[in-house]
Amino acid sequence: MELLYDERIDGEIASVDKPALMAAILAVAPQLTLLDREEDLRPFECDGLSAYRVLPMLVAMPTSLAEVEGLMRVCYEHAVPVVTRGAGTGLSGGALPLEKGVLLVMSRFNKILSVDADARIARVQPGVRNLAISEAAAPYGLYYAPDPSSQIACSIGGNVAENAGGVHCLKYGLTVHNVLSVDIVTIEGERMTLGGESLDTPGYDLLALFMGSEGMLGVITEVTVRLLPKPEVAKVLMACFDDVERAGKAVGDIIAAGCIPGGLEMMDNLAIRAAEDFIHAGYPVEAQAILLCELDGVEADVQADCDRVRDLLEAAGATQIQLARDDAERQLFWAGRKAAFPAVGRMSPDYYCIDGTIPRRELPRVLKGINDLSAHYGLRVANVFHAGDGNLHPLILFDANQPGELETTETLGGKILELCVEAGGSITGEHGVGREKLNQMCTQFAADEITLFHAVKSAFDEKRLLNPGKNIPTLARCAEFGAMHVHHGELPHPELPRF
Amino acid sequence: MTHLQDQQPEYTPPAEPGATPAPGNDDSAALCEQVARAQAERSTLRIVGGDTKAFHGRRVDATQSLSTTGHHGIVHYDPVELVVTVRAGTRLRDLERALADNGQRLAFEPPYFGDNATVGGMVASGLSGPRRPWVGAVRDFVLGVRVITFEGKLLRFGGEVMKNVAGYDLSRLMVGAQGTLGVLTEVSFKVLPLPQASACLRLELPLPDALDRLAAWGREPLPITGAAHDGEALHVRLEGGEGSVSATRQRLGGESDAPLFWSQLRELRLPFFDGAFDDAADRTLWRLSLPALARTPALDGDWFIDWGGAQRWLQSPAGNAAEGQDLHHDVAIREAAIAAGGHATRFTPNGGEDSPFTPLPPVLAKYHRQLKQRLDPQAIFNPGRLYAEW
Repeated sequence: MELLYDERIDGEIASVDKPALMAAILAVAPQLTLLDREEDLRPFECDGLSAYRVLPMLVAMPTSLAEVEGLMRVCYEHAVPVVTRGAGTGLSGGALPLEKGVLLVMSRFNKILSVDADARIARVQPGVRNLAISEAAAPYGLYYAPDPSSQIACSIGGNVAENAGGVHCLKYGLTVHNVLSVDIVTIEGERMTLGGESLDTPGYDLLALFMGSEGMLGVITEVTVRLLPKPEVAKVLMACFDDVERAGKAVGDIIAAGCIPGGLEMMDNLAIRAAEDFIHAGYPVEAQAILLCELDGVEADVQADCDRVRDLLEAAGATQIQLARDDAERQLFWAGRKAAFPAVGRMSPDYYCIDGTIPRRELPRVLKGINDLSAHYGLRVANVFHAGDGNLHPLILFDANQPGELETTETLGGKILELCVEAGGSITGEHGVGREKLNQMCTQFAADEITLFHAVKSAFDEKRLLNPGKNIPTLARCAEFGAMHVHHGELPHPELPRF
Repeated sequence: MTHLQDQQPEYTPPAEPGATPAPGNDDSAALCEQVARAQAERSTLRIVGGDTKAFHGRRVDATQSLSTTGHHGIVHYDPVELVVTVRAGTRLRDLERALADNGQRLAFEPPYFGDNATVGGMVASGLSGPRRPWVGAVRDFVLGVRVITFEGKLLRFGGEVMKNVAGYDLSRLMVGAQGTLGVLTEVSFKVLPLPQASACLRLELPLPDALDRLAAWGREPLPITGAAHDGEALHVRLEGGEGSVSATRQRLGGESDAPLFWSQLRELRLPFFDGAFDDAADRTLWRLSLPALARTPALDGDWFIDWGGAQRWLQSPAGNAAEGQDLHHDVAIREAAIAAGGHATRFTPNGGEDSPFTPLPPVLAKYHRQLKQRLDPQAIFNPGRLYAEW
């Protein structure tokens, strides 16, 4: 799998004289922190997809809007590509630097500008951490809903760039549903605001277009988010099944009954055993599947919903149903799920994580397909699943030291993603395309669709200077698939829970 | 306002509960061909569904019409999935009926403005009903689209899944673009279950007090899905579980209100809106989209507040701006809306050349132009629908 920028396939990048470029930048932004020595650049050579590393030509760390504007104008004039980086926790290499490019690090834009409890909005700079917003809103009984697993470290600017999700998406939505406006600096150094504090704005919905655009259309310099009142209570039910298909059907039964759980997660036997062995959450290791169903809201409704869901789970053939007795047990139930990735990592020298989405109805067929593929290629696959919103994370267990096993894993991962696309799903639900899944985009989209994506890009960045080589492949590069490669359980940011 | 007269505001259950929708008709090949021909012949297209929302934008002078109404039917609906995929020419009422038969709905409560309203028109116009501030807008529920490009190619973006971050979000870009970027042929929506309980209340309160109360209530997880002020009283709608709705009903007090109020508000059929679509009227209806807690701008006319303050209707005494004498009045309304942190849209058609929408700031306008140019280089789709220059 070749992930590094390849000018033959990804497009040519002009070479510029570094000292001259630095002089030009400092002429318009004299106070700008500009790093160019190898030892200073080293910490920025990768993001959360740490297997792939490139030293950027320069790192710029602005602290003011004027510095961002000046930097963009100079880069535009000199045709120098700009890769924007937030906290660097992304899992798809979206902030992988370019050796002929400037890495624009927005982490010093880290102020919470205002929290308006009455209007239920917060204005923040893009480098503010996701969780810090909820912490600032907590004294008012409010919080920011999207909760990607890396929320203690990832920044809101990166969340917007990736349209980040989390475990509560079905009920509370993605980043796109919870952001009111963003301020942008364009590649030409102009300012514009997309969206606003009103619920709509005239013209096209460019705010939606910029969500998840992976730094390809503009640089985010400010974000206004919507805050929600915290649910009064949350309860978690754990249900065990002796058959994966039955568990999948139970998910549908819950939703068909008109219930929208705050979180609805599923694990298969291999994932259950791995998690139990690691966390001792009290999962039954003989179960073929477990469901974790979190119901939140107002006390009276949650109690009624719990009763309804319990009846539905029983009718669906659950072999055991357990309501977390208190908050500690609720946390414990979740702990096993959140530690599923590192837990699986303990079972095998290496694993690949896939981030496909499927319509839920396809779950039994896709899981069966994954089992068949797993048997065919002779590699074990553990499945964890955001069952409520159809986001599947199959983890392929392998040993990179066995000759040919990495290649077999890549082939298997590719087949799984093909299965997701064929089932009407997507190659990425929340990790983004970045550099990692560039090749897989060709499976999901036809050449004409990719051409239209390029047309959109050119409307905002005709010279292809913003994060080139990410998100949308050139037609020349439609060849093979990729997936997240974790070597010997060395997860980037191992301290973060993985959902 | 004839296009509103023949509309039945209340949902009528079908004779046969659970009846499967008619299979519909796939007209996409003919639509693609018409677009390709228009592009080749350098003609222009006025894209029409039920033609119920023509007032919501500039008049389109095109060489031919492209009708989506022959392209109709629900392509796929699995209630368990909370997703429905439907052809653009499908009547909105047929879609809503099929959803209601399965205990579900389009949560954003789209206005019809006429019985023939289609799904494509609903998405293209991007209008949402009274529930919008609490559950989201049309764009929040669009999961995927099929769209005909200027070359007459039928392309697919997004899909039928809740989470999908592959490529740019062109599906949501199409919402509210009024057909200026391509012809929508099919849309997938997230749908939601009908609430288990609901209640409608009316509380006599002056507007400033009402906004204060809404701000305080908004900080608690209350099941509010509608809040409107008619000048005398605050109307509140509650929807959710039995327990929370009855507890909130007790707590908020007030008197019971008819649910009909909300469907009439959605359709702008309350007495306040009389004459709003009559271009001979001596009043002009304006929609001001403002931050919910903004102070009411000092403008002449009568106000009706929806969306908990975020959507404010102004019946302005000024006459027809096309006659020339009241252009300065339009400017004053727009400036006041911008000063209050939002924007203003003229709803009463004036037959003039100017756009009902607030002009865009220069940088935004530049990127709108460039985007339109890239996706419709010959400007064949609904030319001048949003703004005269593109």
